[in-house]
Amino acid sequence: MDFSYTETQDMIRDTLSRFLTDTYDFDSRSKMIASSSGRDTGIWKALAQDLGMLGASFSEEHGGLGGGYLENALIMEELGKVIAIEPYLQTVVLGGGALKAVGGAVADSVIPEIIGGNVIIGFAYAEPQGRYNLSNIRTTAKKDGAGYVLNGHKSVVYAAPWATHLLVTARTGGANTDVNGVSLFLIDANAKGIVRRDYPTVDGFQASEIYFENAAISGDALLGDEGAGLPLIERIVDEATVAVCAESCGVTAKLHQGTLEYARQRNQFGQPISRFQVLQHRMVDMFMEVEQSKSMTTMATLKLDLPAAERMAAVSACKAKVSRSAKFVGQSAIQTHGGIGITQELAIGHFFKRATMIENQFGSADHHYERFERLTLAD
Amino acid sequence: MQLEFSPAEIAFQKEVRTFIAENYPENLRSVQDEGHDLSKEDFLSWHRILAKKGWIAPAWPVEYGGTGWTATERFIWSEELAAADCVGTMPFGLSMVGPVIYTFGTPEQKAKFLPGILSGDDWWCQGYSEPGAGSDLASLRTKAVRDGDDYVVNGQKTWTTMAQHADWGFFLVRTDSDAKAQEGISFLLIDMKTPGVTVRPIITLGGEHEVNEVWLEDVRVPVANRVYEENKGWTCAKFLLAHERTGIAAVARSKRGVEKIKAIARTEQDGDRPLIANPFFKRKISELEIDLTALEFTELRSLAGEASGKGPGPESSLLKIKGSEIQQRITELALEAVGHYGAPYFRGFGEGDNEHPIGPDYAHRAAPTYFNTRKTTIYGGSNEIQRNIIAKMVLGI
Repeated sequence: MDFSYTETQDMIRDTLSRFLTDTYDFDSRSKMIASSSGRDTGIWKALAQDLGMLGASFSEEHGGLGGGYLENALIMEELGKVIAIEPYLQTVVLGGGALKAVGGAVADSVIPEIIGGNVIIGFAYAEPQGRYNLSNIRTTAKKDGAGYVLNGHKSVVYAAPWATHLLVTARTGGANTDVNGVSLFLIDANAKGIVRRDYPTVDGFQASEIYFENAAISGDALLGDEGAGLPLIERIVDEATVAVCAESCGVTAKLHQGTLEYARQRNQFGQPISRFQVLQHRMVDMFMEVEQSKSMTTMATLKLDLPAAERMAAVSACKAKVSRSAKFVGQSAIQTHGGIGITQELAIGHFFKRATMIENQFGSADHHYERFERLTLAD
Repeated sequence: MQLEFSPAEIAFQKEVRTFIAENYPENLRSVQDEGHDLSKEDFLSWHRILAKKGWIAPAWPVEYGGTGWTATERFIWSEELAAADCVGTMPFGLSMVGPVIYTFGTPEQKAKFLPGILSGDDWWCQGYSEPGAGSDLASLRTKAVRDGDDYVVNGQKTWTTMAQHADWGFFLVRTDSDAKAQEGISFLLIDMKTPGVTVRPIITLGGEHEVNEVWLEDVRVPVANRVYEENKGWTCAKFLLAHERTGIAAVARSKRGVEKIKAIARTEQDGDRPLIANPFFKRKISELEIDLTALEFTELRSLAGEASGKGPGPESSLLKIKGSEIQQRITELALEAVGHYGAPYFRGFGEGDNEHPIGPDYAHRAAPTYFNTRKTTIYGGSNEIQRNIIAKMVLGI
């Protein structure tokens, strides 16, 4: 057993941390969000080309640094510390994860483009009726000659307005929630027949509703085998779930740190409010939640390569815990700040908003408790 | 003791229900249903209808414009307002400064200010909190110095709700800097159009403009606009805080909120079943509903105590704590219920496109409302302060 990071991993974290400290202060972030595209494209370019960060979790054959889940986790944690709105999760963790899993020509051509910062991927999987069930899919991909025709509606696709590609789950067979008949496609985001309705999200990203209206796609857009995509989808979503938990570690650590700093300098009743025991205990509870989130994220990251049932149980345990922690730490941070925590002017409220969205991203605590119980508590 | 309404109370219930159904402004209903922000006129349209009917201030003594309703009738009234989803009337005049003026004011002050509060012609705001005086309200530093028949006021207030619309504000100011904290404070009524008054917006997490900073620079306020004695304003402040707390349980609104969650959970799908059939979610709704019932009957017992002559006392802190926590849990459940559609930020939706909707309408405000409602455990004396009050005043520890 060894919980230490390699020198390369330490270097990745330090480099990224320094870069984000310089570029991603709260004012800069606010300006990016307020700009017409809702982001600063220079950041992504710098992450790719100056820092080589987008290659950290890819193999050396593809031009990466040879890392994997741990690199994704530590990058996501650093991004969480500045509530970055970069599409790393969607592009590298989900898109890159799918490509690494299927390999072959498509991986050889697209992964180097991800590493170079030329590709941004949106993950179009959620549907209005589907909630967190990955096989509850009504979007259809009908065989049409050598290709497919897509029809359906995908909900809240983060990063889609910026995307060059969409990673799409669709039914090539079966119905409703059948586990068979689900396929995964990587398609051109600007293909004909794709209608996008873009909007900002409450946590500062850009997202879209995506409507496929007879969108014709080529046969080589299919990743993996037709109709047998669900295990692959479950796997990349588990990887993404752990990555979001890692992000949450960064977000909640900052919520805790910001609260401590504020409580030390805010005076009421003739003393810093950090002297009040009721607030001290709350801040101690926040600390314990942050630490346990880190522990669970480490645990789940190290179990991502286990057989599916064990992997899923570990990921659900992690997300259930992290969702609850994100809520507790976020709410406690706002309460301890008082009114100032509810304004747009302070960073703390924006960390709270991201923490709130993390709670339900890839499944609420309830959803993951239920999956954990299904896998571990047989009657 | 009995729970059932009497025949007269049932008749009353029918009367007010019919009145609301026949008189609630239709355009206001559509503004609410479409989830728009309410304008000053939106709030006032309903206020004026109630004022005309004579039902705008049920809690006031009849001689000042109250309805003379019993506690039960007032309870029925608030239930019916909430059940019909009526916009609330602004509390700053009706529930706060109005009672202070008719309790502590001079005959001239009563004649000058009470009619405008009732009619809605005067919109009031509350100048209490300061950047350095939140939970510790008595440490406020805004200063009023006597100069002939005026006070000259300098300082800064914050969290001033709806001050952007206000004609008048009631302010706590320090008139004696040497006195210890709670002494040396006076209660002033300030015309918001007076030179030197500047209102600056504070935008909150859901993107709302509800609260403001109010800057006071050499603002001249006639001494005649001071309520009660100089340096005794804390008496008015304490009286008002207790009044503020009674309505703060928000039982009727929360009941309506629970019903809305149920409606959402019946519509939202969770796999092959509606969300309301999810045992985890169902349990959270029933926990909420049961806690709300406990709050409701605690409030009813407290109201019964008031009717028998006990004014609202420190036990109203219990209503504030539990009421605010329940309001927050309702918004948590709403956000959880809408799933993925909690993320889209409705203020950035741009032009409508009915063929390509962005989730159900009820989802649009779920997250902003959740963010905004974090205020309920902070304002009106944070819940930490309320617990201190109970410990000290009720438990005697």
